[in-house]
Amino acid sequence: MAVDPHTHAGPHLSFWRRYIFSTDHKVIGKQYLFLSLFMALVGGLLAYMMRWQLAWPETAIPGAGWIPEPTAFDGVIPPEFYNALVTMHGTIMVFFVAMPLLLGGLGNFLIPLMVGASDMAFPRLNMMSFWTFFTASMVLLASFFVPGGAAAAGWTGYPPLSADPTYTGVDWGITLWLLALALEFASFLMGGINFLTTAISMRAPGLSMMRLPLMVWMQMSAAVVFMLSVGPLIAGAVLLLLDRTAGTSFFVATRGGDPLLWQHLFWFFGHPEVYVILLPGLGAILEVLPVFSRKPVFGYRPIVYAAIAASVLSFIVWAHHMFVSGMNFKLVMPFSITTILISVPFTLIVLAMIATIWRGALRFTTPMLFALGTLGVFIVGGLTGIFLGSAPADIFLHDTAFVVAHFHYTLFSAVIFGGFAGIYYWFPKMFGRLMNELLGKIHFAFTFIGFNLVFGPMFLLGIGGQMRRIYNPMQYDFLKPQQPLNEFITIAAIILLLGQLPFIINFFWSMFRGNLAGRNPWQANTLEWAAPSPPPHGNFETPPRVYHSPYGYSQPGTSEDWLPQYQPLEKSTA
Amino acid sequence: MSTVVTAEIRAESPPAGVMAIGKMGIWWFLASEIMVFGGLIGSYVLYRLASAGAWSEMAHHVSTGIGATNTLVLLTSSLTMVLAHAAIEDEKRGRATLYLGLTVLGGLLFLGFKAIEYTTEISNGFTPLAGTFWSFYFTMTGLHGLHVLAGIIWIFALFLMAARGTLWPHTQQRVEYAGLYWHFVDIVWIFLFPLLYLSY
Ligand code: HEM
Ligand SMILES: [Cu+2]
Repeated sequence: MAVDPHTHAGPHLSFWRRYIFSTDHKVIGKQYLFLSLFMALVGGLLAYMMRWQLAWPETAIPGAGWIPEPTAFDGVIPPEFYNALVTMHGTIMVFFVAMPLLLGGLGNFLIPLMVGASDMAFPRLNMMSFWTFFTASMVLLASFFVPGGAAAAGWTGYPPLSADPTYTGVDWGITLWLLALALEFASFLMGGINFLTTAISMRAPGLSMMRLPLMVWMQMSAAVVFMLSVGPLIAGAVLLLLDRTAGTSFFVATRGGDPLLWQHLFWFFGHPEVYVILLPGLGAILEVLPVFSRKPVFGYRPIVYAAIAASVLSFIVWAHHMFVSGMNFKLVMPFSITTILISVPFTLIVLAMIATIWRGALRFTTPMLFALGTLGVFIVGGLTGIFLGSAPADIFLHDTAFVVAHFHYTLFSAVIFGGFAGIYYWFPKMFGRLMNELLGKIHFAFTFIGFNLVFGPMFLLGIGGQMRRIYNPMQYDFLKPQQPLNEFITIAAIILLLGQLPFIINFFWSMFRGNLAGRNPWQANTLEWAAPSPPPHGNFETPPRVYHSPYGYSQPGTSEDWLPQYQPLEKSTA
Repeated sequence: MSTVVTAEIRAESPPAGVMAIGKMGIWWFLASEIMVFGGLIGSYVLYRLASAGAWSEMAHHVSTGIGATNTLVLLTSSLTMVLAHAAIEDEKRGRATLYLGLTVLGGLLFLGFKAIEYTTEISNGFTPLAGTFWSFYFTMTGLHGLHVLAGIIWIFALFLMAARGTLWPHTQQRVEYAGLYWHFVDIVWIFLFPLLYLSY
């Protein structure tokens, strides 16, 4: 550890340096967490408006009456604004909820603690990364209020819609959208550098790579995948911006460009991005499952290798998003094969998870419930992904609600279920207090049941032919018989959203009033539990040493059913 | 600590000193930068392969002479950067300052030539909108030029520190880090030069 930024830090720091422009990875992690939860609320409300429109088209949306004229007319949303809703919902959920929650929030908070370091490798870069992200969020939200409204070309921003204002009536929106994405990419590039450098170079003595908690492995894989996949999209974004502002024609076919190039550049990043989200989500539950099963993770090494294999494979599957785009048909077969191949490492990880809880002494705490929920939901998402990976099925199902259901089953599981598992599990470490279990379980019940009632039926809608991103299903005669299902889904979505209230209450109430947690309330082994709750600036009172793998639960020869990484063997063998 | 435990720790070889954190940070940064230019270059190559005569007609009008000169300039500045690093290792402060200054000069010379090129091209009607080749040409060299500019600012700061003696003794590795970046900028140019200036 070359430079120690903490020697001059401490309680005498001003309010601004402590809570706002802090260089402490824990404060920054919490900043990411709060902002991502706020953005999740925004994204959720956009989803509510979309769902209302799909169930009861062109009727006033309760609560949306205040939205001013060009956007919503007395709560009735016009088609252009519906497009903006779809676009902004997707963009917000993927880039402004999933990444800041799982990487920015959990990753920042956990990586230094889990590797026994006093902070990230580059604390000031870390602070810059958050404030760049904050700026990105504000630019994105501001785009709702500019001439022409927010971006409306879909979260994938396909040209020519996104390249030329004449197509969409979108003017400033897409430009700000591109700017916001550019800022967010810069932010997470800074974050990735920090994550990787910290996890590789700043590990505590004794903490070999094969003793790292799986969460750290997953965060590292996600960071590598992000950093190596986003470059081409940055290049593409520059080209698209030039098409919009300078009048070049990289992507505009009428001026000699090729819109398909954007799709290649976008999905070269876009598919790996799914794993940027998925891996840390799975990482969180890989920490939770062994603790509440009191069993070691089954197959630590295979899981690590599977994560690496999936990361590598993620770079050669992108064109499965383009089977019906008109790309060279000779590419269809290879991309089908690599796509289905990638299910192998994930199957392995899922099986290892099941084997981990198999015959364990399960404790159904809230984090455990959310972890089990992640597992269950993700299995459905993964299986339906195999359908879509095979081109013949995809040609039928492409751009239907089936796809929407599929990616919500994978993304929602990683982001929301995995994210909540992580929040409930590490909350005591973050804030020094326990969350309320009863409220937590109510929250889980609403979320799990609500989620399945929303997205389960969507598979049926999709098979029934309902297209994705349509403004009004009632415009199509062949979709009219399905409308009751649409109404059902929307009611379930409202229940799902209302079901988040117990969480919000629990979160803020527990932060100030919850029972004191103590250092290690779950009797977990990993290093973060060796620090006080919440850890002070600089994390550990004495730098920890590591003696074991992180998952020594119920080991023979130990008197207790856990064996912390930071405790030498003699002490626990009484 | 008992002896058993220390043995246990040693067997797992402490990670301290894997690589200086600054250096590792730079390497990860460069890896992602490679992918940005990789995306641009890949797109360019695909368009080039798909296009026929019109493209090579456009590509005829670049100033290969200036491009070649600039290649030399940049390569030389990479060399002076290496010499600056070597001088730092030998703790020769004056030499290090000199070589850092020369590197900055090299960068400025490169941008100067580039500016001459841009103005003649644009005045001859070859603007970024004159065709897809020119769009690519200006985007790629422009982005590269911005990287050169950033490098100049970075190395100029080091030059000032070296001249004032504040680069010693704790921050000398910064020359190495800046050097890695500068070589990267150089290597990108080595790819751009044949692609843009010799591809007709
Ligand atoms: C509150 C729960 C949620 C509901 C009710 C919901 C609902 C919807 C709806 C109705 C659509 C539009 C489908 C269409 O175009 O026909 C959509 C699209 C989308 N959602 Fe969600 N969603 C939710 C949460 C999430 C989460 C957590 C994520 C990801 C982390 C997510 C990611 C996306 C993406 C990427 C799109 C595609 C946007 C596009 O097509 O441009 N959603 N969602
Ligand atoms: Cu994909």
